[in-house]
Amino acid sequence: MLKVESLNTEYPNERGEVVKAAQDVSFEVPEGKLFTLLGPSGCGKTTTLRSIAGLERPRSGEISVGDRVVYSGSRGIFVAPNRRGFGMVFQSYAIWPHMNVFKNAAFPLEVGARRIPRKEIREKVMRVLTAVQLDGFADREATKLSGGQQQRLALARALAMEPPLLLLDEPLSNLDAKLRELMRFELKRLQRELGITTVYVTHDQSEALALSHSIAVMSDGRIRQIGPPRDIYERPASRFVADFVGTTNFIDGEMLAAGRVRTSIGEVEIAAGELREGERVVLSVRPEDVELSEARPEGANVWQGRVDQKVFLGEFVDFQVKLGGRILLSRRHPSLRTPIGDTIYVCLHPEKCVAFKV
Amino acid sequence: MTAAAHALPRSFEWKWVVIGLCVALTAYIAVVPLAFLLWQSFFTPQTASKAAQFTLDNYAQAYGSSDTARLFWNSLQFAVGASLFSFVLGTALAWMNERTNTPFKTLFFALSIIPLVIPGILFTVAWILLGSPKIGILNLALQDWFGLEKPIFNVYSLWGMMWVDGLHYSPMAFLLMTAAFRAMDPSLEESATMSGANLFQVARRVTLKLAWPAILATLLVLFVRAIESFEVPALLGLPVGIHVFTSAIYQAVHRYPSQIGLASAYGMTLLMITSIGVYFVSRLSSRGSRYATMTGKGFRPRRIDLGAWRWVCAAIFVAYFLLIVVLPFSVLLWSSFQKFYSVPSWQALAHLTLDPYRFIFSYPNLGRTVWNTLLLSFGSATLIMLVTSVICWIVVKTKIPGRWLLDNVASLPMVFPGLVLGLAIMIFYLNVDVGVYGTMWIMFIAYVTRFMPYGLRYNTASMLQIHKELEESAAMSGASWGTTFVRVILPLLKPGLVAGWIYVMIVSIRELSSSILLYSPGTEVLSITIWELWENGQYVELSALGVLFILTLFVLVLAAQWLGGKFGVRE
Repeated sequence: MLKVESLNTEYPNERGEVVKAAQDVSFEVPEGKLFTLLGPSGCGKTTTLRSIAGLERPRSGEISVGDRVVYSGSRGIFVAPNRRGFGMVFQSYAIWPHMNVFKNAAFPLEVGARRIPRKEIREKVMRVLTAVQLDGFADREATKLSGGQQQRLALARALAMEPPLLLLDEPLSNLDAKLRELMRFELKRLQRELGITTVYVTHDQSEALALSHSIAVMSDGRIRQIGPPRDIYERPASRFVADFVGTTNFIDGEMLAAGRVRTSIGEVEIAAGELREGERVVLSVRPEDVELSEARPEGANVWQGRVDQKVFLGEFVDFQVKLGGRILLSRRHPSLRTPIGDTIYVCLHPEKCVAFKV
Repeated sequence: MTAAAHALPRSFEWKWVVIGLCVALTAYIAVVPLAFLLWQSFFTPQTASKAAQFTLDNYAQAYGSSDTARLFWNSLQFAVGASLFSFVLGTALAWMNERTNTPFKTLFFALSIIPLVIPGILFTVAWILLGSPKIGILNLALQDWFGLEKPIFNVYSLWGMMWVDGLHYSPMAFLLMTAAFRAMDPSLEESATMSGANLFQVARRVTLKLAWPAILATLLVLFVRAIESFEVPALLGLPVGIHVFTSAIYQAVHRYPSQIGLASAYGMTLLMITSIGVYFVSRLSSRGSRYATMTGKGFRPRRIDLGAWRWVCAAIFVAYFLLIVVLPFSVLLWSSFQKFYSVPSWQALAHLTLDPYRFIFSYPNLGRTVWNTLLLSFGSATLIMLVTSVICWIVVKTKIPGRWLLDNVASLPMVFPGLVLGLAIMIFYLNVDVGVYGTMWIMFIAYVTRFMPYGLRYNTASMLQIHKELEESAAMSGASWGTTFVRVILPLLKPGLVAGWIYVMIVSIRELSSSILLYSPGTEVLSITIWELWENGQYVELSALGVLFILTLFVLVLAAQWLGGKFGVRE
């Protein structure tokens, strides 16, 4: 459905230097799927989204939706953003303060190339307002809406013209934590119900994991890994991805034979991979995969450590365990109540230890 | 998907036509007269028999004589004196208003803006009627009370000029310094206090250091304005031979044969001085962002408790208001009911008459003059606000290379003293005959040029408030540039647009120094009529017109404020 091929976008910053914001970015989003561009600020995810929208003019590459090419560097095609017909929700929502709720949502239907009868506009607007549960607010001043309502209005406006593609630029980042969680479900439900192809930009990894069919992790203008949420989280392809998505423990080491790594905490058994003997590697182990027990468990990858510090966080407890001169973070159920300073056994399952080259 | 094919023929973009027109107009208006003035200052006057020749004579004449040294010295004295006087007055009032518990402050704030409505020429005339050694009411009254032989005040002097000009523009200093006081985050001062500094140390080491750019910028603005002031030097200086640059330019043009080359040379000098001033002001204000003391957090400045002294401050406010509004207006009002100008007395009170008003209403062409004034101010305010809205959109919202240049070009007329601008435009359209000389158009061009920077400032301030995504979301909704501009940008720009429109309207109605070189019979505006009445010595008739003029302007400002409030103008 959406196809982005070796997209390059750059722009001059305030000092006139060229910023290479997106470099060789390629991905495809199948019909009806939600695709997330995830990365830290300045990684090029917003630039990529804005290039798809037509708000930035790429330097080279190709962007097509279905069989319609909206940008092609080699063929000199650039469709203006207002002719692309994509829906977009901006980070600031960009609700026009001088129009009421209805007028905001009706705007895309009024200004398009096609003349739509007044009655039809009314019907369509009320339908999208109902979909985002704002149908009771049609006549309200847009400025009198709460943050969550403004966010939903922005969504309704983007959906009003029934776009083939929906672009969301950090739509939840301006909401407070509770509301953000609520809207996350809302958004997911709406996207799945309407089956609208969506590109979602966020720096919040939990948002990306919760919503997406597929995630692209970006840094420094490049895509580092593309995959379903579970893959991204459980099998990160690089140290950057492992570090950015979720929290993790990094353990430096050296490959011995296949499936064995020598580290500062001892030899660690890992699932077999393509890494060769003698290579410098980094192991990544998620805190929830660092198992702790007061009695020595059976099996491989077991070491004796000491509880150095612990933090009670309600639904779980974070343990910092001192092991072989370093600290491992472990996330456990609060039922484990080993006091600070006591001995504890650490167990790492080989398939949970992901290794990659330094 | 097939919609794209249908949309293609419409791809001709009006956007570039509008942008191109606005940029071309701005560049033409701002650059052409300046270039021509420069050119003219190096040439001899063109006559029927002799073509213009390159010469340095104008500069030689302008700089060769000791008169010029005196001219320069007079201008400097006058401008420094007037700007310092208005600065001290304005700052003291602003401090009292912002940082102390002087009673009735809000009322004073509203009242202190009124003087800006009174045109300079009327304010000057009023002070002549008050402080002239022969007919000045203040002089006569004080002489009478204290039995003095000699008059106490003499407005026909350098001191008198500084007094009148400084007093008239003190509200400007007041507004600028009020803004500076308001922008100062009191927590910076409070943290100095908490560090153990006393009131004096806080003032010297924190407050003054922080306010320094604002103080310097205010002083420079006032200086530039004073040096380009025309009404006061012309009315008070010329009769007693105190010449400054502006009055010298006026005389050079109105001499026979008129010495336009000499006027241009003077004009270039004056332009140089104001350019340096404006350059430093803009440097200061761009550097001011480093001193950005406004945190955006709502704060309530600490008010200094003056104790019993606050009544003294209140008294100062009252005295100030008397000097700047009540006395000048009363003296105009009084003389407007006289047959011949006379000092208030019981005898004169018996001779009150409405004759001056009858004279004014039967004044030939009064209707046309009023119509001209309204047409010019309405037209220039509207054109300026629309063109500058596009200009500042380009500057603020696009990444078009060279947009900073456009901003500077559009702000260029700021350095033109009104008289020099009038001169430049006059010279240009005398030489380039496109049929605007002697018509309303030439004055329209002058007004648009002169006040464009103000319109740009108002629009830019408002444009900066508009989040980029508000227009991007319109583009994503399928709106073309034109639709976005009309339906999203202009409505959101409305506060600045309306405020700027009102401001340009008012300053256009008051405009004298450009018009005085450009008007011709049939294209007079109200300020010119006042000038003519003054030249003819028709003081009582002038007073009657002045009273009507001030009252109308006042009503207009009130209406504008009411209108602005309705459209959500925040000032």
